[in-house]
Amino acid sequence: MIKTDALIIGAGPTGLFTAHQLKIIGLNCEIVDNLDRAGGQCIELYPDKPIYDIPAIPECTGEELTKNLLDQLKPFNISFHLGERVDELKKNETNWEVKTNRGKTFQTPNVIIAGGVGSFEPRKFSLKECEKFEDKTIFYSIKNKKIFEGKTVSIFGGGDSALDWAVELAKNSKVNLIHRRDEFRGAQATLDKVHELKKSGKIELFTKYQLKTVKGNGNLESIDIEHENKEIKKLETDYVLGFFGLIMQLGPIANWGLNLNKKTVDVDTEKFETNQKGIYAIGDICNYPGKLKLILSGFHEGALAARACFKLARPNEKYRFEFTTSSKKIKERLGVKGD
Amino acid sequence: MTKIIYVEHNGNSHSVDVENGLSVMEGAVQNNIPGIDGDCGGGMSCATCHVYVKEEWFDKLEKKLDGEEDMLDQAYEPKKNSRLSCQLTVSDELEGLIVNMPEKQV
Repeated sequence: MIKTDALIIGAGPTGLFTAHQLKIIGLNCEIVDNLDRAGGQCIELYPDKPIYDIPAIPECTGEELTKNLLDQLKPFNISFHLGERVDELKKNETNWEVKTNRGKTFQTPNVIIAGGVGSFEPRKFSLKECEKFEDKTIFYSIKNKKIFEGKTVSIFGGGDSALDWAVELAKNSKVNLIHRRDEFRGAQATLDKVHELKKSGKIELFTKYQLKTVKGNGNLESIDIEHENKEIKKLETDYVLGFFGLIMQLGPIANWGLNLNKKTVDVDTEKFETNQKGIYAIGDICNYPGKLKLILSGFHEGALAARACFKLARPNEKYRFEFTTSSKKIKERLGVKGD
Repeated sequence: MTKIIYVEHNGNSHSVDVENGLSVMEGAVQNNIPGIDGDCGGGMSCATCHVYVKEEWFDKLEKKLDGEEDMLDQAYEPKKNSRLSCQLTVSDELEGLIVNMPEKQV
């Protein structure tokens, strides 16, 4: 059981800056995110796309923004719990008891949901039959590449993950690479490599094809793929990998008794508190009159939610507003010298 | 105002007058049409406003930008006539446009 003043769900820009705000005012916090790295949508959806509307930063990419936010947190010792999804939220007298899918438990008076549009999950094949093979012979991510050695692996997708794994697995496996159109969107260098491997017979390439059927009893035996022009090809294969990017799903947040409005959570604009005391929602996931889905709005919402957390985390102390330019206490927390 | 016809996967059809200049996605979201999510708000970064457009309309639609086809790779059951409805701007030209929705968005 980990006790903390505030638990932040989501390590996107809003969650990261909110951690900063909590630490500045002397509260401790922990951050949980379903992805295996910080940055949220910025790093998953548009790491290379320039952003032009962060105040005082004329232009930066999602990746740079994330790096800068992490740098800003360096003075503080903050525990990140990455690759974990918060599944359960239960009221326990004055505290919230929060459980993750990996069995970690937190006890805290404040839960700040900075979850964007929910948690990222891999997009799966639309074929229903694929479910019974999932995590046995059909995978959407790779944990142990050894199992593919000497086997036939059929990889679906046209992005970096599909291309990278096709090149990597071609070393020790027979690889089929299948994509729904002619163009790939991965790095050119990897694509060149794929074409090289195709020439040497290490990779077989099928473009304008999509998965049609999967066959097998327990184990996968073969798949049928269908061309744009309806022609069908049968491929013997031991494993199927699908790399179609990530989708965002609200997931467990829907079960916590919060006031949902489509895929967002209604909050007030003083504390950014939901209909549950001590649970706040900030960033893209919150909704109030005039809400803008901008990163800068998330920063503002986080700063106010952090102050609201103080009341519940330190019920016997009074919060005093201070500037970072002049407060001795804040400078101590930042580890910088005072005047 | 331009009439856009949104057809859900189950065949339910919604005919809506959408203000010119909005995207087909915004027209759906503002009128609470089920089946088009538009999670990212029109940034071409989520593929949850995916629709199918009949070929006779293709010439009247704006051409795909680079990122749209990439994003469609990640849509649910993309086809040759798939578009992201956030990239289709409503104008007089599109009067009577029919967009068909996939079975689901995510």
